[in-house]
Amino acid sequence: MSEEQQKPSLEKGATADAAPEADKAVPAQRPETGERLLEVTGMRKYFPINGGFVFQRRVGDVRAVDGIDFHIDKGEALGMVGESGCGKSTTGRLVTRLLEPTDGKVAYAGQDITHASRRQLAPIRSEIQMIFQDPYASLNPRQTVGNIISAPMEINGINPTGGREKRVRELLETVGLNPEHYNRFPHEFSGGQRQRIGVARALSVNPKLIVADEPVSALDVSIQAQVVNLLQQVQKELGIAFLFIAHDLAIVRHFSQRIAVMYLGKIVEIGDRESIYVKPRHPYTHALLSAAPEADPDDKGRERIRLAGDVPSPINPPSGCRFRTRCWKAQDLCADEEPPLIQLGGSSEGHLTACHFPEEPTVTARAEDIILDPALAGAEEAADKTL
Amino acid sequence: MTTVTKPDPAPKDPVSTDPFLSVRDLYVRFATEDGTVKAVDGLSFDLERGETLGIVGESGSGKSVTNLAILGLHNPRNTTIAGEIMLDGQELTGASNRTLERLRGNKMAMIFQDSLTALSPYYTVGRQIAEPFMKHTGASKREGRARAIEMLARVGIPQPQTRVDDFPHQFSGGMRQRAMIALALVCDPELVIADEPTTALDVTVQAQILDLLKDLQQETGTSIILITHDLGVIANTADKVVVMYAGRAVERGTTREILKAPEHPYAWGLLSSIPRLTADVDVPLSPIPGTPPSLLNPPSGCPFHPRCAFVEKVGGDRCSTERPQLPDGRGSACHLTTEQKRDIFIEQIQPRLR
Repeated sequence: MSEEQQKPSLEKGATADAAPEADKAVPAQRPETGERLLEVTGMRKYFPINGGFVFQRRVGDVRAVDGIDFHIDKGEALGMVGESGCGKSTTGRLVTRLLEPTDGKVAYAGQDITHASRRQLAPIRSEIQMIFQDPYASLNPRQTVGNIISAPMEINGINPTGGREKRVRELLETVGLNPEHYNRFPHEFSGGQRQRIGVARALSVNPKLIVADEPVSALDVSIQAQVVNLLQQVQKELGIAFLFIAHDLAIVRHFSQRIAVMYLGKIVEIGDRESIYVKPRHPYTHALLSAAPEADPDDKGRERIRLAGDVPSPINPPSGCRFRTRCWKAQDLCADEEPPLIQLGGSSEGHLTACHFPEEPTVTARAEDIILDPALAGAEEAADKTL
Repeated sequence: MTTVTKPDPAPKDPVSTDPFLSVRDLYVRFATEDGTVKAVDGLSFDLERGETLGIVGESGSGKSVTNLAILGLHNPRNTTIAGEIMLDGQELTGASNRTLERLRGNKMAMIFQDSLTALSPYYTVGRQIAEPFMKHTGASKREGRARAIEMLARVGIPQPQTRVDDFPHQFSGGMRQRAMIALALVCDPELVIADEPTTALDVTVQAQILDLLKDLQQETGTSIILITHDLGVIANTADKVVVMYAGRAVERGTTREILKAPEHPYAWGLLSSIPRLTADVDVPLSPIPGTPPSLLNPPSGCPFHPRCAFVEKVGGDRCSTERPQLPDGRGSACHLTTEQKRDIFIEQIQPRLR
């Protein structure tokens, strides 16, 4: 978040955070001006845990999101990756203000919406739309597709020229469905088609920002690509900014210009696509990338890191750096002091990392694999001996 | 089967050419209100000892049903099974429940996808692991518990002596999946069927579990059938692959052959629709058009023909009338000639994969 002001004349929408070499990888595709659309600072969300009989006392908190900063520029896609329980979905819900942040600030187009009331939010709600993960649960089974897609227009009092029905038919065509299906019900569609209906609904109010929470993870492999392509087409042609939340690293890389890696309610690393995937600095990013399975039998040049155990509970997260309990570089400092999210020497502009002892910026195989899992290490040692 | 130790898997004649598991022309049909679902339609494959076979397919392709049929876990009331399943010289399709009970958990075992529903919430993890061991080997409770602790330690559960008395809900997702692996391996089975064993897990935990499964296989020489929709998981773990579509095997080969030189248009579609960590991000993905067919009324001829881009290359209406056969060994069930497949792959498909 170093530079607040961007010159509107900046081409390609490359923000201050996009490094020069990333510009080559991301050719001109976004017509916007690199203006801040969404700015999140120090956002926190604690869900209270109540305990006790009769009188429910607050006994603790689930620290789902614990102080994160990021921004999304106009027309830009920010990908958010992390494992379950890292707070990425909560972040999506906070940004759309389906949840109210416990602390921090969310500003949309310069306007503070952190604690805005329903009335104040109404005009903004039409500009921030959401696409949900489960296409079976996110569409009302008792309403026709036409009603589902025109509902946001109705609620926001939008009357497009030619009427809402015409607009809905156009939208159905945009997302690759037959406009004749206007009067059908969701159960008549397959999962991929339902997700397209969800996209059409989000597009109906001409949003400027779409929060897509795992939009393809419930779909079959051959259908995922259809929906990813559709979203990408929407993003490029309509210049809509995306907060793309997913756990699949390859899909996030394919879709987003910038990527934030979350771990236990914190952003541990954020940067443009090239620097995150080719020159990661945070050990967790390294572990995550090395664990992503690639459909390539010759994929031997990548480093191999196998962590031990699971993500700790967000109710009582580790002190200092939250990754330290699973990190191979952890020292006393990591437990005492929380590392700030800063730009490290050697990282490209806008590539921020929260680590006291960052890794080398490369993902090529190391001389020795890092195997922290004791069972795995033991089995491999045994296998090495027999060889 | 109340002998204390299991017979050594070695006594089988080593020069015998019969594969360890052989599935021939398997048909599984379910009678439903809407008609007959042809869940598996003429499937054949072989599995050797110590080998891992990956079965890839989308939801509804019949991959899970095949394995329920091998284990005899289908509902006999509405299921008809035809064909032959030979496990180590023993026919399973017509086997009695008693026979299957003796085999299940002992000679063949299963790892399920969702460990929270597969493990009973009512019994401790240790008891669930010890139970099949006690049943199949006649071991005492004390021996069973000791075995459970040993297994938990082997799959990497910290403090197995105390965790053995925990209930499944006290375990995290990754630990539960480890416990399920321990449960499957407790009787040293010769065949393990893993149905999407890591789909519900996070990436870093998935990598741990897959590697662990692979290492344990090397130690014990178990054969594994790994069912998954994720080609990345296949690349890391399987030796051979069967690609399934609409209840049929459409292509068969080694992992390298399937991932590097696939022959069937469906396999091409699958490979070019997944994004890769190193691919060019400006090239859009090439999805397979349409949706998987309903198995109540699968397409005639080749089941993939309504979604296939190469129907014209075959010419006539062969694709929609004549069912292509899958040759034994390496091959694909497609009417395109070998030269056509090679040319299309090199000219059109390969450039998309990198």
